Amino acid sequence: MSVILVFLAVIAGFAGWWLSHQRLMAKPWLEQGVIGDLVGMEGSALPTAKIGLGVFLAVVGCLFALFTSAYFMRMELSDWQALPIPRLLWFNTGVLVLSSIALQCASVAARRGQIDTVRLGLATAGLTALAFLVGQLMAWRELTEDGYLLASNPANSFFYLITGLHGLHIVGGLVALGRTTAGAWNGARPERLRLSVELCAMYWHFLLFVWLAIFALLAGWAATFIDICRQLLT
Amino acid sequence: MVDVTPADAIPPAEVAEVELYHPHSWWTKYVFSQDAKVIAIQYSATATAIGMVALVLSWLMRLQLGFPGTFDFITPEAYYQFITMHGMIMVIYLLTALFLGGFGNYLIPLMVGARDMVFPYVNMLSYWIYLLAVLVLVASFFAPGGPTGAGWTLYPPQAIMTGTPGGQDWGIILMLVSLILFIIGFTMGGLNYVVTVLQGRTRGMTLMRMPLTVWGIFTATVMALLAFPALFVACVMMLFDRALGTSFFMPAIVEMGEQLQHGGGSPILFQHLFWFFGHPEVYIVALPAFGIVSDLISTHARKNIFGYRMMVWAIIGIGALSFVVWAHHMYVSGMHPYFGFFFATTTLIIAVPTAIKVYNWVLTLWRGDIHLTIPMLFALAFIVTFVNGGLTGLFLGNVVVDVPLSDTMFVVAHFHMVMGVAPIIVIFGAIYHWYPKVTGRMLDERLGQFHFWVTFLGAYLIFFPMHYIGLMGVPRRYHELTDVTVMTETAHHLNSFISVMALIVGFAQVVFLFNLIWSIRHGREAGGNPWRATTLEWQTPQTPPAHGNFGKELPIVYRWAYDYSVPGAKEDFIPQNMPGTFGTSKEPA
Amino acid sequence: MAIALVLVLIVVGSVLFHFLSPWWWTPIASNWDYIDHTIVITFWITGVVFAAVVLFMAYCVFRFRHREGNRAAYEPESKRLEWWLTVVTAAGVTALLVPGLFVWSQFVNVPRDATEVEVVGQQWQWSFRLPGKDGKLGTSDTRDVTPENPLGVIASDPNGQDDVVVEAADLHLPVGKPVKMLLRSIDVLHDFYVPEFRAKMDMIPGSVTYFWFTPTKTGSFQVLCAELCGQGHPLMHGVVMVDTEQDYLAWLGEQQTFAQLSAPQQTGSADQAPEKTIASGLKVAAKLETVGSR
Repeated sequence: MSVILVFLAVIAGFAGWWLSHQRLMAKPWLEQGVIGDLVGMEGSALPTAKIGLGVFLAVVGCLFALFTSAYFMRMELSDWQALPIPRLLWFNTGVLVLSSIALQCASVAARRGQIDTVRLGLATAGLTALAFLVGQLMAWRELTEDGYLLASNPANSFFYLITGLHGLHIVGGLVALGRTTAGAWNGARPERLRLSVELCAMYWHFLLFVWLAIFALLAGWAATFIDICRQLLT
Repeated sequence: MVDVTPADAIPPAEVAEVELYHPHSWWTKYVFSQDAKVIAIQYSATATAIGMVALVLSWLMRLQLGFPGTFDFITPEAYYQFITMHGMIMVIYLLTALFLGGFGNYLIPLMVGARDMVFPYVNMLSYWIYLLAVLVLVASFFAPGGPTGAGWTLYPPQAIMTGTPGGQDWGIILMLVSLILFIIGFTMGGLNYVVTVLQGRTRGMTLMRMPLTVWGIFTATVMALLAFPALFVACVMMLFDRALGTSFFMPAIVEMGEQLQHGGGSPILFQHLFWFFGHPEVYIVALPAFGIVSDLISTHARKNIFGYRMMVWAIIGIGALSFVVWAHHMYVSGMHPYFGFFFATTTLIIAVPTAIKVYNWVLTLWRGDIHLTIPMLFALAFIVTFVNGGLTGLFLGNVVVDVPLSDTMFVVAHFHMVMGVAPIIVIFGAIYHWYPKVTGRMLDERLGQFHFWVTFLGAYLIFFPMHYIGLMGVPRRYHELTDVTVMTETAHHLNSFISVMALIVGFAQVVFLFNLIWSIRHGREAGGNPWRATTLEWQTPQTPPAHGNFGKELPIVYRWAYDYSVPGAKEDFIPQNMPGTFGTSKEPA
Repeated sequence: MAIALVLVLIVVGSVLFHFLSPWWWTPIASNWDYIDHTIVITFWITGVVFAAVVLFMAYCVFRFRHREGNRAAYEPESKRLEWWLTVVTAAGVTALLVPGLFVWSQFVNVPRDATEVEVVGQQWQWSFRLPGKDGKLGTSDTRDVTPENPLGVIASDPNGQDDVVVEAADLHLPVGKPVKMLLRSIDVLHDFYVPEFRAKMDMIPGSVTYFWFTPTKTGSFQVLCAELCGQGHPLMHGVVMVDTEQDYLAWLGEQQTFAQLSAPQQTGSADQAPEKTIASGLKVAAKLETVGSR
């Protein structure tokens, strides 16, 4: 359970940092009237939707951290046999990076008000994300054909489960991206569009990060890395 | 004294108004409503309905335990299905949903001075997914093989094996699907509760001016958002093991002479995931109760909550600590015994902030002006039952003391006292307290008195003696105790007594439900602020609060939530949105 | 007003119940009276706290109940009082924890001279295995479980050949000698629990857990399963007989070893073993069925 504890420690760090700016040591009974010079005490200047997405991403991060924890705990048992990582995953990773870059471009363009670039970025991001999903499905088929079935080994089970869940999150993102793209074509209000594009970009970057982390996990590098750290410590 | 601004110098609400959704038809107003208040009532009604099912199940269990052999239809199979559904419904579908989905939705926007939750559409979806989860759960009663009988902890391997009711039928699958749905739905609601507290607070409502109710619900929601994923992961993996033949949790098994296909999995892994959710879950239920009871005591004792800052810090501290105590549910699970040292220590440390909260509640009573209203009576009853249940927690948290007591009736008595009776008593207190705001009418006082006394004394008489049955070594989750040699003749009589009490207490809840319905029309008119309370929900222009909560302009907050009996003020309470300074400019001695 | 009186009655009643009621733990029959002592310490500390808090509350309700013209005092906090209470609580908690941890370290550290006894749980019966003359238990694997080899002892392990196998029958232990119970399950979670010994531990399929104790009284004690293991859970009883050394050796002499049970030439006993498994397994199933059809 160490991975999830580290993850929660990071969350606790954020929470602690935020709380430390909230004057928790104040004696509220001595403070009457509107607290005028304490700017930002009533909420953050960031758009509420972004904060909402941030909280949601923390939950998603927690989910994957827990899967990672379970993965490491299950891995220590004797019947574990790592499965070969299909080459295709490298290609898929590249495609997902492209997708993220495209959304970043769209987000920058939205800030500058270049609607055509926004449209281009959104379309590219959507198509590459779809390509990523197709690539993942092909990787699954490849593994199944090579006899690495879901139930034949826990390493396989985890592979399908974690990549599948990540894929589902991408699908969910595609729904939001679809709505944003529709908005970009149908002339949504610029500030609204900008916010949606930024939210999509945020979500995409996060899912890219999650993908890189689980790729490292499934390929076995994460375990090697932890072993090295452990050796350094001891 | 920090800057005191004269009322007229303050510009009207500068906070950007949230875009408020306006319903256009009867359907969007009362059914697919995006108004947090309506959603709150929907959540509460659904939770209460499914809670009644759990109540009836508990009667059936007690009938079997108290009078073994008398009720033939309660077979071992049925009995295990009853205990499983009772536990699961009470913990997840009733307590979690009612505190966060019910009270959270109703009170957060009103108490922080917001017009609604920040993402009303998502909030609505949250309820409908919750309802779907409940329906899937109910469906398992009608599925072939009936609901799962694996115990609410759903420990594998037995949860998905033939020897357990529903293990190889639909029961366990529907249970897991229902939980997964619940978690998805809850996450949607939870995002709202957290972000509304972060972003929806009105002008002047700093964190340290929030009522403890909001603090409790807020912290509990943050914890739930981080803890429920663990249950989600456990459920998904178990679903794979059951439906697709994987071996996440399933080791090599010979079942009734037959080798199963599974192999190599770790049942302990499930327990870690389950309790990583399960322990925070205890505080997810407890923290809102702590918060609410603080406000009840303060309001009805006409005195500010004693040590507000310490109360806030304790809530945060308990919330954080609760993530590093989970394995105290697993002292005898066969995990590495050295974990026992660590988890016993963290568990007993968490007792300190919890104790501080108790002290501060009773110190609030000291030199107060205690109105013995029904909410106050329930608050007092909460302290008794919570202290009792919390102290027996010190037995079970202390690893070696847990060894003889774990998996006995002592544990059953402990967690029912601390997590069943205590929070539910707070829920009752809270309903008597806020019902006038929700409906505009008071609940009937005499029925309330009856309900209080029977519930409080009855519940204490059920669970206090039960500890001693556990101390004798009588194990829990037994369909019949007649064969257990440590169970003496007199202990059987005690058991029958407990069962009779359970039926009586259950009956009192029916009276309460009647009161809830009857008083909607026939209750005494309450007015806007019958308890003369300070917090914002009592200052709304209409009662019940209309759509948008606060009329044309959002309230501005000038003070903390506990200005009761302030020296120099005319009334014994000053609402949070009342401008002006009252004579407290120096720290009292 | 009634509530103040009731609060006092609750404290008085609870204390009286504690001291006067006939319901208390069964007499101990093992060395774990340390655990009982820790429980007694815990009862005292928690009892005092419970009485103090509830009585204080009762006093407050009586003394500060609302009367016409009353007004509450104004007192936001008192740092000194709160710190003082924190320190006292921390001290109380430490007083509970420290003895607890000491006893726990005794509980998990098995003395060198403890004999190993294996307990195997399965739905819904107990079997046992004792090391033979070599003093060692042979290795085992659930995959090797067959009707002839109900405990899954690995036949190729020479240590296992002389192991004494007690299938679905009573376990005997010599009084006064420490035993390390090695706990194993071949299907679901079980928990080997004898109330008189105070100790218990879950049994997990796929791994071996343990606890140790020294029986201090001769006699017959009931084994209960303390971890929900399916619908036969409440019927999963067994018996541990604690014998004098002499009786124990006499009993041990009557038992059969793994080699004897699995030897093909001794068809008589080899045939009986699987029948017994099935028979006792069926007994529970039949009992369940009768309960079910009632």
